[in-house]
Amino acid sequence: MKNRVLPVVPALTLLVMLGPVLAGLYGTVLPAFGHLPAGGLVGPNLDAFRALLDWPGLPRSVMLSLTTGIGTTVIALALVMLLVAGWSGTRAFRALERLLSPLLSVPHAAAAFGLAFLIAPSGWIARLLSPGITGWTNPPDWLIVQDPLGLTLMLGMVVKEMPFLLLMTLAALGQTDAARARAIASALGYGRTTGWLKTVFPRVYAQIRLPVYVVLAYGMSVVDVALILGPNTPPPLSVQIVRWMGEPDFTARLLASSAALLQLALVVGALLFWRLGEIIVATLGLRWITSGHRGASDAPLRIAALSAASIAALSILLGLVVLAVWSFSGFWSFPNALPDAFSLKTWMRQSTGVLDALGETALIAGSVTLLALILTIGCLEAEYRQRRNLTQRGLLLLYLPLLIPQTAFLPGLQSLLLNVGADIGRAPVMLAHLVFVLPYVFLSLADPFRAWDSRNASVAAALGASPDGILWRVRLPMLLRPVLTAVAVGLSVSVGQYLPTLLIGGGRVATLTTEAVALTSGGDRRAIAVWGLMQTGAALVPFALALIIPALVWRNRKGLSHG
Amino acid sequence: MDKGLTLDRIAVFKDGKPLVALDHHIAPGEVLSVMGPSGIGKSTLLSVVTGTLPRAFSFTGRVHLDGRDITDAAPQRRMVGILFQDDLLFPHLSVGANLAFGLRPGGSRAARQNRIEDALAEVDLAGFANRDPATLSGGQKARVALMRMLLAEPCALLLDEAFGRLDTALRAQVRDLVFARARSRALPVLMVTHDAQDAEAAGGEVVTLGT
Amino acid sequence: MKSLALLAAMALPLAAHAQTDPADWDAVTAAAKGQTVYWNAWGGSTTTNDFIAWIGAKVQDEYGVTLEHVKLTDTADAVTRVLAEKQAGTDTDGAIDMIWINGANFAAMKDAGLLFGPFAEQLPNWQYVDVDGKTVQTDFTVPVEGFESPWAMAQVVFDYNSEVLEPMGSMQAILDWSTANPGRFTYPQPPDFLGTTFLKQVLVDTLVDASVLQQPATDDNYEDVTAPLWAYLDALTPTLWRQGRAYPATGTAMFPLIADREIDLSISFSPGAATAAIANDELPDTVRTFVLDKGTIGNASFVAIPYNSGSFEGAMVVANALLSPEAQARAQDPNILGYGTVLAMDKLDADQKALFDALDLGIATLSPEELGTVQAEPHPSWMTRISDDWTARYGVAQ
Repeated sequence: MKNRVLPVVPALTLLVMLGPVLAGLYGTVLPAFGHLPAGGLVGPNLDAFRALLDWPGLPRSVMLSLTTGIGTTVIALALVMLLVAGWSGTRAFRALERLLSPLLSVPHAAAAFGLAFLIAPSGWIARLLSPGITGWTNPPDWLIVQDPLGLTLMLGMVVKEMPFLLLMTLAALGQTDAARARAIASALGYGRTTGWLKTVFPRVYAQIRLPVYVVLAYGMSVVDVALILGPNTPPPLSVQIVRWMGEPDFTARLLASSAALLQLALVVGALLFWRLGEIIVATLGLRWITSGHRGASDAPLRIAALSAASIAALSILLGLVVLAVWSFSGFWSFPNALPDAFSLKTWMRQSTGVLDALGETALIAGSVTLLALILTIGCLEAEYRQRRNLTQRGLLLLYLPLLIPQTAFLPGLQSLLLNVGADIGRAPVMLAHLVFVLPYVFLSLADPFRAWDSRNASVAAALGASPDGILWRVRLPMLLRPVLTAVAVGLSVSVGQYLPTLLIGGGRVATLTTEAVALTSGGDRRAIAVWGLMQTGAALVPFALALIIPALVWRNRKGLSHG
Repeated sequence: MDKGLTLDRIAVFKDGKPLVALDHHIAPGEVLSVMGPSGIGKSTLLSVVTGTLPRAFSFTGRVHLDGRDITDAAPQRRMVGILFQDDLLFPHLSVGANLAFGLRPGGSRAARQNRIEDALAEVDLAGFANRDPATLSGGQKARVALMRMLLAEPCALLLDEAFGRLDTALRAQVRDLVFARARSRALPVLMVTHDAQDAEAAGGEVVTLGT
Repeated sequence: MKSLALLAAMALPLAAHAQTDPADWDAVTAAAKGQTVYWNAWGGSTTTNDFIAWIGAKVQDEYGVTLEHVKLTDTADAVTRVLAEKQAGTDTDGAIDMIWINGANFAAMKDAGLLFGPFAEQLPNWQYVDVDGKTVQTDFTVPVEGFESPWAMAQVVFDYNSEVLEPMGSMQAILDWSTANPGRFTYPQPPDFLGTTFLKQVLVDTLVDASVLQQPATDDNYEDVTAPLWAYLDALTPTLWRQGRAYPATGTAMFPLIADREIDLSISFSPGAATAAIANDELPDTVRTFVLDKGTIGNASFVAIPYNSGSFEGAMVVANALLSPEAQARAQDPNILGYGTVLAMDKLDADQKALFDALDLGIATLSPEELGTVQAEPHPSWMTRISDDWTARYGVAQ
């Protein structure tokens, strides 16, 4: 990296990250106001918004979007906070932390499949309990998966977002002096949970506020999990947008665009509502803190939090196990606990397609992550050399692609890419993935990069090393573990992308995720299981490597072998 | 049993190896100074009393406070106050809210407010309730931390290198204040320090570890 | 590869854009050699995906055409894509070379001029197609006019668990049974293709005279004609699986429901699919099929080529390969796909016919005689309005 290039890297990074988002929003606005020349439709007019308001499913669809997003965020945040408050520093917590961290990289779709196969009335849990305990010979006619209120969807999202918030919280804890705050609080007579909530939570929350917003925005606009676990009578707004985007009737596209703008407005509204909630909670919280109550009901809270977190971790794990069972299953009827026979038939049958898709997935994820890593290191190194730190506003820009709902800008981005004639092959898909991969790679690497003891650089410089030499020969080798972790994060984010691959790839780019979700509608559980497992593997293996490689490379360097 | 804090044949082990041992009774209003170089396990000894001993350590012996055996009590139920080297005022709370956090629950808001004002006045900080702790000087922070601890009405006070960060002039001033407040409330005080002047100023017995 | 083709196209605009005459088959096969055909087809079924892969190997061997199966959850995705390309002015070498299509999607694309053609009746294998006996020249009453080529026949059958119930002869009988056995029947959620077909099947079976459906629906007659349908559904819905508060997404999504004993009866558009699913461990071997006394709705599946395909010659080669007796017999094999053929047996020579005679249709498949009368598809305008009304009545805010 030449010094002449380095100073423009931050601007370049912002461009590739935010350019597509802004362009996509622009491309959504035109059709929303009736302007779609190719369909013979010329605006501006408000017909699409009128049609949207006339759609009878709108109120429930909007409600679902809001309840899923807000419910997911409140429940996942509350559980994570109570868990950390009640258990951080204990052996149980470390065990759970080790369990939850890899679960973070299990793709949303695979986790949702596993959950569905587990908790459906004919799912594995019911099979294990039947007919012995339940007396069922036929599954009960209970509406669990795809329930109209979206509760199962919310459950799936909570289970999947908890590991994310937990990891973000653990990162923030390092900067809040939590251990000594706990010592003080306990010396002042405070229970573990209450003391933590009063002394550490306000500081931790300030640090994880943006990730919480990401969960809120994502929960409101998720498509793949909603396709698998969510209701259809009607579906959440985001699913309906994708559905309208796919209808042959051209005016449906206008409808989709106006709904996309509504979705954007909903997310913005929900974020403002949440901000208001923060202020109210802060006011009430201060009153609670200064009341001096020491927290008598800590014990039940602790147990509830640990149980909920364990159930969440177990449900993802068991979901993966049941996927594995299905993938080798012959005929398997209810209420048998296991299939009548096991076979490799499904794996053999799917192998060609799976391997092709794996290649495509790996190529896209690898290229995108490499690019994201180069840009990230470039940004961080430029920041370091110019002695300028990322401002709060800069951080917000970084989070922007994660806060704007995918369904709001990807349809418009599709039109834009077509306009510049870029819709050939996988390159535009990579560009779209980069929008989502970059922030995660940056966030993952930024803290360890900045926390690096710069006295190492002073020593190296005194020994005659150039700034580039210091970066390549001292800083990056010392940061091997966080760099590899950032790579693993980037890969798993890319592997999990559904909507960008589907919409921007135009169906030509077949990744493990698009193929797995495409199988949902067909209901072939054996095929779904094979694809879901492969998708999980593609996301998990990089994390395993990120752990193993530094241990091997630095096996003779004790100071570097423990992260 | 007597009033005061009793360390009854306490012996601390790290990974099964003996680290530090102490057998002592501290009467109300008295100060026991424990001295020794850093790393000897002075702070570990305090964590036996507060009930926050790290997992790598184990200990034998009993701890009694005012006749109660608190050896196995939960940390928050021991009524043992502690001051650390750093003031550790919570940065998200005002000075008044920090004190309110320490104050035992109960009483009207106005009554609580009054007690906080009184506590501030007691250490010459009247009118500081709405200040951001970050704007306070080192000596002021130390005084707020002390009062926060005392408002929780502990039955014993531990000092973990509590004056280590203060410069010499301030140090004597804060030290005298702490000992005076503790004595006026008849608290047994267990202080660990590596500074002989601290031990001297305390005026009580001195135990030197590691010799 | 595509970008290379694009560069070549820019360098040699005349040569690359020279229109190959669909009737000149030699020119078509010559141009097709080396082309890659992106076939956008529903990808939710492993058996279908395998069949498409087999066709791909066949055209690769015989014509040097590479076939890529772009797996869709919904055919309409492909229509949208072509529309988006037209909007953007991508008039050559679009992303899609061939679409599995029929009905409303075909009508929409044909109306909007988004299809290449006519080409279907110029294909060499068109000579074997059963033009008189099967609905291959109209698609939901819309004239095909060579803009799509047929490749499979579909007819409504009902899959049922023979351990639990007997075949039924009318939709009324099904309603009576479902009322007596609540929670044991469902159908895919409209606007899914099979879901709307179920609605049409109810309508066709409950109307005394179904011929009115062959004309476009009008504001005058729509309410009267569909009244029996809504009365039927109002009675049926509370007796459905999950009380009609959720529906399976597609036809094959009902296989696991039967296998799990969640339901005992479902609808299918493929007479051989149940047998194939039994062979594939997806259905218990007690499943059988039946049709209604008055017959059931049937139609053809087609492939169409978008106007902006850069590989339309290759796509024609694939369409022709799909019509070959070899491929048609393979598609009809219940162990492979179980789709009905569009060919006329009396137009085949003895060897070709032997391919079909050799097939064992399997335990759950009705013979052509047992399948009985095929009821014609109503005009698409009925389906559009019924589907919208269904959504308003049962699909939201239940």
